[in-house]
Amino acid sequence: MTMIFGIPVQAFLGQLLVGLINGSFYAMLSLGLAVIFGLLRVINFAHGAQYMLGAFVGYLLLTHLGIGYWPALILAPLIVGVFGIVIERLALSRLYELDPLYGLLFTFGLALVLEGIFRYYYGVSGNPYAVPPLLAGGTNLGFMLLPNYRGWVVVASLIVCFGTWALIEKTRLGSYLRAATENPRLVQAFGVNVPLLLTLTYGLGSALAGLAGILAAPIYQVSPLMGSDLIIVVFAVVVVGGMGSILGAIVTGYMLGLAEGLTKVFYPEASNLVVFVIMAIVLLVRPAGLFGRDA
Amino acid sequence: MSEGTSDMSELTHREASAKTSARLEWTLVGLGILALLVAPFLVYPIFLMKMLCFALFACAFNLLLGYTGLLSFGHATFFGGAAYFTAHAVKVWGWPPEAGILLGMAGAALLGLVMGFFAIRRQGIYFAMITLALSQMFFFFCVQAPFTQGEDGIQGVPRGMLLGVLDLNVSLNMYYFVLAVFLIGVFAIWRIVNSPFGMILRSIRENENRAISLGYSVANYKLGAFVMSAALAGLAGSLKAIVFQFATLTDVTWQMSGEVILMTLLGGIGTMVGPIIGASLVIGLENTLATSGFPVTIATGLIFMVCVLVFRRGIVGEFYARFFKRAGKD
Repeated sequence: MTMIFGIPVQAFLGQLLVGLINGSFYAMLSLGLAVIFGLLRVINFAHGAQYMLGAFVGYLLLTHLGIGYWPALILAPLIVGVFGIVIERLALSRLYELDPLYGLLFTFGLALVLEGIFRYYYGVSGNPYAVPPLLAGGTNLGFMLLPNYRGWVVVASLIVCFGTWALIEKTRLGSYLRAATENPRLVQAFGVNVPLLLTLTYGLGSALAGLAGILAAPIYQVSPLMGSDLIIVVFAVVVVGGMGSILGAIVTGYMLGLAEGLTKVFYPEASNLVVFVIMAIVLLVRPAGLFGRDA
Repeated sequence: MSEGTSDMSELTHREASAKTSARLEWTLVGLGILALLVAPFLVYPIFLMKMLCFALFACAFNLLLGYTGLLSFGHATFFGGAAYFTAHAVKVWGWPPEAGILLGMAGAALLGLVMGFFAIRRQGIYFAMITLALSQMFFFFCVQAPFTQGEDGIQGVPRGMLLGVLDLNVSLNMYYFVLAVFLIGVFAIWRIVNSPFGMILRSIRENENRAISLGYSVANYKLGAFVMSAALAGLAGSLKAIVFQFATLTDVTWQMSGEVILMTLLGGIGTMVGPIIGASLVIGLENTLATSGFPVTIATGLIFMVCVLVFRRGIVGEFYARFFKRAGKD
C-alpha cells in the first residue's frame, strides 16, 4: 500500500476530500457573509440559521409536497432569499444608521428564534435526506472511490463561488454594488436606488446560505442545530480572510477546510480546534486578516 | 467601533446630570438591599441565588460593554471555566469553598488575559467574532479535557464549610454568603467604573482615537478592563458552581455568552442597576417557561429582536431618559 508521511494514501486523500467538502461550505458561507457585510456593514449571525432553513425547506418540500432535489435546488434558495428580503425590509433597514453591533445582535436574536422554532417542531435529532438518484453511487478514481454526490458538491460550490465573484466584479449590477460599498450617498445621487440594492444584497446573501443548506442536506443530516455550530467556524474563517475581498473569502474558506482535513489525518483530537488556532496565529502576524484591507 | 458611536454616547449625557439622580439612586439601592435581605423568607432561595449569580455575571459583562464599549461574545468561557475550576478544586482536591472560588476567579482572569490579548488586536465587530471563536475553542477543549468529565460535567460538588466555621449546606447561610459576594462584586465594579481608570475606559468608549492621541496606551487599558471583567464573571461562575453543586458544559456554550448580552441589553447597557434587573427578568422568564413547554430560545430570541429594534437603551436606560426629560435636565 502506498504511504504518504506514514499514512495510507487512501486515508490521507479521504480526509483531504472531507476537508475539501467542509471547505466548500466554509467558502460559500463566508462568501455570503462578506457580500452582506461589504454593503450593509451587518454581520449576519443568522447566516447559519438561514443555511439550516435552506436544508429544511428542501426536506419539507420533499416530505410534504414530494418535490425532489433538483427543483428544491432552485426553490430553497429562492424561499430563503425572499425570507431574507422580508427581514431586511422590516427590521435590518432600520439599523443601518446605528453601531454595526446592533445588526449583529438583531441577527443573533433572529438565529435563536429560527433555531428554536425548528427545534420545537422537529427535535434535535437529524432527519436523513436521500442523495438524488442521478448522483448516487461513486466513481473509482484509481486511488480512491469518490462518492458522486460529494464530487458534485465541490463542483457546485466552485460554480456558485466564482459565479458570485463574477457577478460582483464583472457585471454592471456588481459595479453599482461595489460603488455603493465605497460611497452609498454618491451612488444614490447618481440615481441608483441604493435602498433597493441593500435589500437585494441581503436577499442574495441569504439565498447563498439557503443554497449551501440544500447542498449540505444529503451529506450532513437535516437538523435544527446544523447551522449554529458551523457559523462560528465560519466567523473564524472570516477573521482569517478579512472581509475586504470576495475572492479572499472564497480562498480562505477552501484553505481552512483543507487544513482541517489534514489535521484530522495527523492529529484528530485537534481537528475541531485547528481553524481557531490558525485564526489566533493570523491575528498575531497579520491582524487585518490575510486579504483584509482595513487595519 | 469607529462609526455610529452616537448611540453609546447618549449614555454620557445622562452621566453628566447624575447628581440629581444620586439621591434617588441611593434610596433605591438601600431599598433593594433591604429587599434582598428579607427575600429568602418570601421566595425560594435557590431561585434567588441563581438570580444573584447571573446578575453579578451581567454586571461584570457590562463593565466591558457598557463602560469600555467592547462587545465580547465569549464571556461564557470565564463564567463556565471558573465554575469548572472551582468544582474541580473543591470536589477532587478537597479545597474549602473560599479557596475554590478564588482559584476559579484567578483561572478566569488568566483565560481573560489570553483571550483579551488576541481580541484587542481588532475592533468592533471583529472583536465580537474573535471572542466568539476563541470561546468556542474553549468549549471544544472542555468537551475533550478529562477533568471536566465531558457531557456529565462535574456533579456532586460539596458546598463545605466557609472559612471552616459556616456550614454552607444550610440554605440561609449559603444565601447570605452569595448575597455578600454579590454586593462586594457590584461594589468593586462601581469603584472601577468611577475611578480614574474607569474614566479612561469611558473615554476609549467615546472616542478611541482621541484617547490614543492623548497618550493613553489604549491597548493596555482595554486588556485591563477585559481581565477585570473576566475575573468578576469568573467569580459569578464559581459561586454558581458552589450553589448548584455542579459545573457542566451548558455554562461554556455560546448560548450562555448570548444570554448575558441579552440580560445587559434588556436591563440597560452602561447603567449600574440595568444588568441586575435584566438578569432577574431573564432568569425569572426562563423559570416560568421551563414549566410551560414553550421553548426558551424563541422567547429570548424575540426579546433580543424587540430590544434592538425599539428598546436599545434597555429598561433602566429608558427610565432614566424619561425621568430626565420630565425634569428638564437634558
